[in-house]
Amino acid sequence: MSEDPEIVMGLYVPPHPHPLLAPDQNEGWGRLRDAFDVCRQRIEESDADLILIYSTTWPSIVGHQIQAHPKPVFTHVDDDFHFLGSMPYEFSMDTEYANEFKDACEARGLQSRTVAYDGFPIDTGSVVALKLLNPDNRIPACIVSSNVYSNRAEQIVLGKAARDAMSKLGRKAVVVVVASLSNRMFTEYIDPSEDRIHSPKDDEWNRKILEFFSDGRLEDISQLSREIQGQVRVSKVVAYKPAWWMASTMGQHNNYDGEVLAYEALHGAGGAVIQLTPSVGSIGDKEFDEDDVEYYHGDRDVLGQGAI
Amino acid sequence: MAKGEIVLGCLAPHPPHVVYAENPEQNEPFAEGGWEALRWGYHRLARKLKTIDYDCIVTLTPHWQTYVGTHFLGLERFQNISVDPIFPNLFRFHHDIEVDVELSEMMCEAAAEAGIVTKMMRNPDFRVDYGTIVSCHMMNPDWDKPVVTISSNRSTHYYSNEVMNDQATALGEAVLKAIEESGKKVVLVASHSLSHRHFVTEAPLPEDMSREHIYNHSQYVWDMKAIDMMRKGEMRELIDILPEMIEQTMAEAEGGGLTWMMAAMGMPDYPAEIYGYQSVIGTGNAIAAWDPNETTREIVL
Repeated sequence: MSEDPEIVMGLYVPPHPHPLLAPDQNEGWGRLRDAFDVCRQRIEESDADLILIYSTTWPSIVGHQIQAHPKPVFTHVDDDFHFLGSMPYEFSMDTEYANEFKDACEARGLQSRTVAYDGFPIDTGSVVALKLLNPDNRIPACIVSSNVYSNRAEQIVLGKAARDAMSKLGRKAVVVVVASLSNRMFTEYIDPSEDRIHSPKDDEWNRKILEFFSDGRLEDISQLSREIQGQVRVSKVVAYKPAWWMASTMGQHNNYDGEVLAYEALHGAGGAVIQLTPSVGSIGDKEFDEDDVEYYHGDRDVLGQGAI
Repeated sequence: MAKGEIVLGCLAPHPPHVVYAENPEQNEPFAEGGWEALRWGYHRLARKLKTIDYDCIVTLTPHWQTYVGTHFLGLERFQNISVDPIFPNLFRFHHDIEVDVELSEMMCEAAAEAGIVTKMMRNPDFRVDYGTIVSCHMMNPDWDKPVVTISSNRSTHYYSNEVMNDQATALGEAVLKAIEESGKKVVLVASHSLSHRHFVTEAPLPEDMSREHIYNHSQYVWDMKAIDMMRKGEMRELIDILPEMIEQTMAEAEGGGLTWMMAAMGMPDYPAEIYGYQSVIGTGNAIAAWDPNETTREIVL
């Protein structure tokens, strides 16, 4: 394996467009926006030279897709919240990193490809994150999709491939995951001033997850991923993947200073802006008994093994 | 004003592969062909459509996914490029779509009166989903009729397949009411496949038909069961077992399209016209149509 790359910080941010388009309509949305702004400033003050985004609102099917267009330009509109406004964007992408990331994925057995097409629909979560965290395109970015069929092994290996590429190119990266905590929204329109977490259960779980983040226990969150999926995640996909990917990409440990900059409701879903800064000293009480996968070998063909 | 009516209902799957293989001038990539069983079926259906007097195509698409209510296109024209987020190598389609806003608003209003959460989509920068574009292009490549697109509310994800069935049924009944009040003749389109498990790899040449087959035999058996029930006119029964089929095959009917269309058409008990069946990157795709007019109803395949 390659040498450890330099991860400047990890950020966990929500995918909804409200902090970008409507921060004044709800105090909580405004606080999320403020937290994004703090992160933007910290990124500017760092010596990072890559922002790598894993977005749960960019699904893929044919392996793992990586945005490689050097300057994608378009105007994005959210499927649900189109009435909040349009999101014109022009981003600067790190094409060299994207290609290296793709090669690293393939070297570890993953199906992967870059995409570089004019008009490609960059997803809401990535657009919101890049417009708020990197508004002037000071730092080149890269975005990787979330494969709808992938599970833990693929996500772990995908994170390691991201690290391989960082190490090879010597990038100093800000790792960004775009995802909700609890992701159940209200199914009716609400007055923005009345937004709240959908249920006390969602809120309670969110606060427990935030407690782990505050303690820097990212690997422990990764270990709890399946439980979190079952408790507070609408079953849009098979698993709560961002925790696996983020933990893997950031080194699979609990050695971080964690800071929850904001936690608010976004039409009922749990939205948090969290910063993890690599540190020393690990805490936690979880048994890490699942395989630490280095290479992806595909499905295990369990059905075929038992066939008569 | 004469009462409006549904003149045809179509199950019209939207893999971008079929448009790619057609090489229309609107699409940027070039193909050497592929998926002929589906494309020739679509050609046959498009010819039938040319013989039918209708005013508008109304599509429910699972690629406009909304969690807060059901949304309706609410602007007269959408000109843009549609790039498939999953298969951008195959589908980069320049479109110019005319929308029947009057009918769209009537449907939205009727749905709201039925207690369904609704929203008109009036953002001019909105990009029409590729499900709408693929199904409509294959059925009417001249694009000489206005369309209405209805979003897919993800009640399957938030609740269950059974709740989806109930809510899509209510939406179908409301849409029928709006169509009848509009005085218009409408073609309904449920834009989706049957079984919907994809391969996660793609052939170097995507149209290499030596690589194309259904994902597994279980998916195939379910698809054949569904098509057999369509042939027999057992749509009430098929909709009743749809939750189980969705559970077993990840069927794209989870988006509500088939249930919505069948509810609007009164759960047909007459045979569907079957135009073709073929797998696309492992998924099961059937083209079928329900013709309420007994004199023009055909046995196609």
